[in-house]
Amino acid sequence: MTHLTRAVLGALLLAPIATACTSNSTSSSAGDEGTVTVTSTDDACEVSSTSAPSGTLVFDVTNKGSKVTEFYLYAADGTKIVGEVENIGPGIKRQLVTRAAPGSYVTACKPGMSGKGIRADFTVKDSGQDAAVSGADQQLVDAASKDYASFVREESDALLAGTAKFVAAYRAGDDARARALYPVARTHWERIEPVAESFGDLDPRMDARQADLAEGDRWTGWHLLEKDLWPPHGAGYRALSGQQRTAYADLLLADTRDLHGRVQKMTFSEDAIANGAKELMDEVATGKVTGEEEIWSHTDLYDFQANLDGARRGYQGLRPLLAKRDPALATTLDARFTTLQSMLDRHRAGQGFVSYEKLSTTQVKELSDAVNALSEPLAGLTAAVVGL
Amino acid sequence: MSRLSRRGLLGAGVAAGAATGFAGGFGSARASEGDGDARPASYPFHGRHQAGIVTPAQDRLHFAAFDVTGTSRGELVRLLQAWTAAAEAMTQGRQVGGGVPLPYDAPAADTGEAIGLSPSRLTLTFGFGPSLFRDAQDRDRFGIADRQPTALRRLPHFPADHLDEARSDGDLCVQACADDPQVAVHAIRNLSRIAFGTAALRWAQLGFGRTSSTSTTQQTPRNLFGFKDGTANLKAEQPAQVDEHVWVGRGDDAGADWLAGGSYLVARRITMHIETWDRTSLREQENLVGRDRPAGAPLSGGSEFTPPDFHLKGSDGQPLMKLDSHVRLAHPSQNHGVRMLRRGYNFTDGNDALGRLDAGLFFLAYVRDPARQYIPMQTRLSAQDGLMEYLQHTGSALFAVPPGVRPGEYVGQPLFA
Repeated sequence: MTHLTRAVLGALLLAPIATACTSNSTSSSAGDEGTVTVTSTDDACEVSSTSAPSGTLVFDVTNKGSKVTEFYLYAADGTKIVGEVENIGPGIKRQLVTRAAPGSYVTACKPGMSGKGIRADFTVKDSGQDAAVSGADQQLVDAASKDYASFVREESDALLAGTAKFVAAYRAGDDARARALYPVARTHWERIEPVAESFGDLDPRMDARQADLAEGDRWTGWHLLEKDLWPPHGAGYRALSGQQRTAYADLLLADTRDLHGRVQKMTFSEDAIANGAKELMDEVATGKVTGEEEIWSHTDLYDFQANLDGARRGYQGLRPLLAKRDPALATTLDARFTTLQSMLDRHRAGQGFVSYEKLSTTQVKELSDAVNALSEPLAGLTAAVVGL
Repeated sequence: MSRLSRRGLLGAGVAAGAATGFAGGFGSARASEGDGDARPASYPFHGRHQAGIVTPAQDRLHFAAFDVTGTSRGELVRLLQAWTAAAEAMTQGRQVGGGVPLPYDAPAADTGEAIGLSPSRLTLTFGFGPSLFRDAQDRDRFGIADRQPTALRRLPHFPADHLDEARSDGDLCVQACADDPQVAVHAIRNLSRIAFGTAALRWAQLGFGRTSSTSTTQQTPRNLFGFKDGTANLKAEQPAQVDEHVWVGRGDDAGADWLAGGSYLVARRITMHIETWDRTSLREQENLVGRDRPAGAPLSGGSEFTPPDFHLKGSDGQPLMKLDSHVRLAHPSQNHGVRMLRRGYNFTDGNDALGRLDAGLFFLAYVRDPARQYIPMQTRLSAQDGLMEYLQHTGSALFAVPPGVRPGEYVGQPLFA
């Protein structure tokens, strides 16, 4: 962009923003009273008001200092975090939107991101609005975390067992059996895909698609074996030798064992679970419903179901918490999960699913519409469950 | 700088914008501000009739048709309510969501690409397709089948139609017009997002330049054949004629009085065989159109707005306005006096596999009664118009466009009352 364009842009931006502010502030549900301005500098924390009405609280935090800062709203004890915004760079403005019940609180800016911060007392007055906050929430969060961690361990167990069986058949040259075991074993991978993907070394080695590779990258893992089991017709594909089969199969099994070991002690916060559910549905939207994940075996609908299983399990764990925070969202998500599942069920065949290639464009569009219908409200889950 | 040449510049801006992302949007926003244009910066969303019909045609279009995936009347009404709220905000240059602060962990209510842009005279016009009343299986999904207007039927097959189902029909439509393409695209994107779970995008069409004037204050633009188009169009400044030809009157259709004050919208995606047209002699082109290319004057003489004389003959004893010329066949005098309010746009959707431009005219016309004002004329045009050699109709839809929305109401409310 040239300097000239930028200058024009600057001029253009001024007027509309001013208009937008006028109209926005009048329609803001939090209202002016609920919005508190915070200016954080290297040695001060100016809070525009020492109190606010209960309900939704908005802190407009601006960092006017030279250090990276943070802003916290603590409970009266000064340790329990009600809401926080971190990593606010110099000159940056960020909003903390949180809910608070009537009572005493403590605000704090932390320029430099360490120490106790610059603290002040803050009061939330009763506005009659239910802030839907209670101490029992921590138990619900803990239960969700525990449930999800045990789900991840179970799936990891099943993945290891399934991969061992698959690898044995493949190494032995029993291709028919290997082809039958492939989507079944991968189901356990796809259910916990965000967890597996969090290991930057293992994921590309185990799950890279041929198209994901850069020139010169070595291709290993599930999809290499997939191509060897469902070789492309007449494209001059050279089958892997027995020695190559053994080497690649053993590597996959060793990596699976490694993954299994790493997930045993993993813990999951509520936002990680909620974001994981969203990511699983994103995987469906970009890779499975388009048939891009399993381009040789066309077993994409198995992966679709597995991603959906994983998202649903994460959601179910958080549901008691969500039912308190945002019951309408819970109702919507219940219905959308059910609709998508019943749509996917139409494509079942035997123990699994029909080949992706059997789907008509209309059927794919229907599935995609149902994925969008679920994913859009699901994207609101994280914000609804984080915080006190 | 004259209006027309400024418009020409804007066209160039769009071509650049396609390659560089935002350049087109900002370029046109700049041109539409402070240029001495007497038009307001934004048009009211509320009114007796929906905006975007007699509103002076804006330069850009994003048109979208949706299928309703929700199954209950309540869901449909909630969608129309949410669309109305978003349209009220966006047409006035405000963000979707009313500026309510959301947590950092939540996706933003508005997608953001119009922040800092002017309202760009955005209008959003909503319509209902025949399939909303009765779907392909003849089901009355929303309890409104008995209120389906008689004239709201799928358009018939016209001679030489080559329709792509994936570019035709739809339960709902939204016409987004603005002077900045980014503002129009932002509107359709946000309405699509709001619809997830209740309605899904079926097809959409971008238009980069208007091919009609709907106000006498506007120059007649040119279509991609290089000719002025819509010279004889209905104009906002002719309220009596607009009442007669555009707005559905109370009593027009006893079973569908909810549509009074509304209109019907005909949408046709008309592909032009650009390459063969361009190697056609100017003589042949002018004869096929019936106007001269430089000024848009009828070949029977005069200037652009001179009424054509269909009887005047040349040295060969044939009418100067050829019998198969487009202007003759489409002229009100040849069609029992019926008129339409045209609001079409030039489009280019890249190229086809053979390297030919995938381009043409996205024809939009508002009429009081499609059975009288559009179908007979198009039947004749499709069969007799010499231009058909260079045209192919590739998409088709008809929508009933409900009347305007009063503050506190939602679009289409009379249908559900």
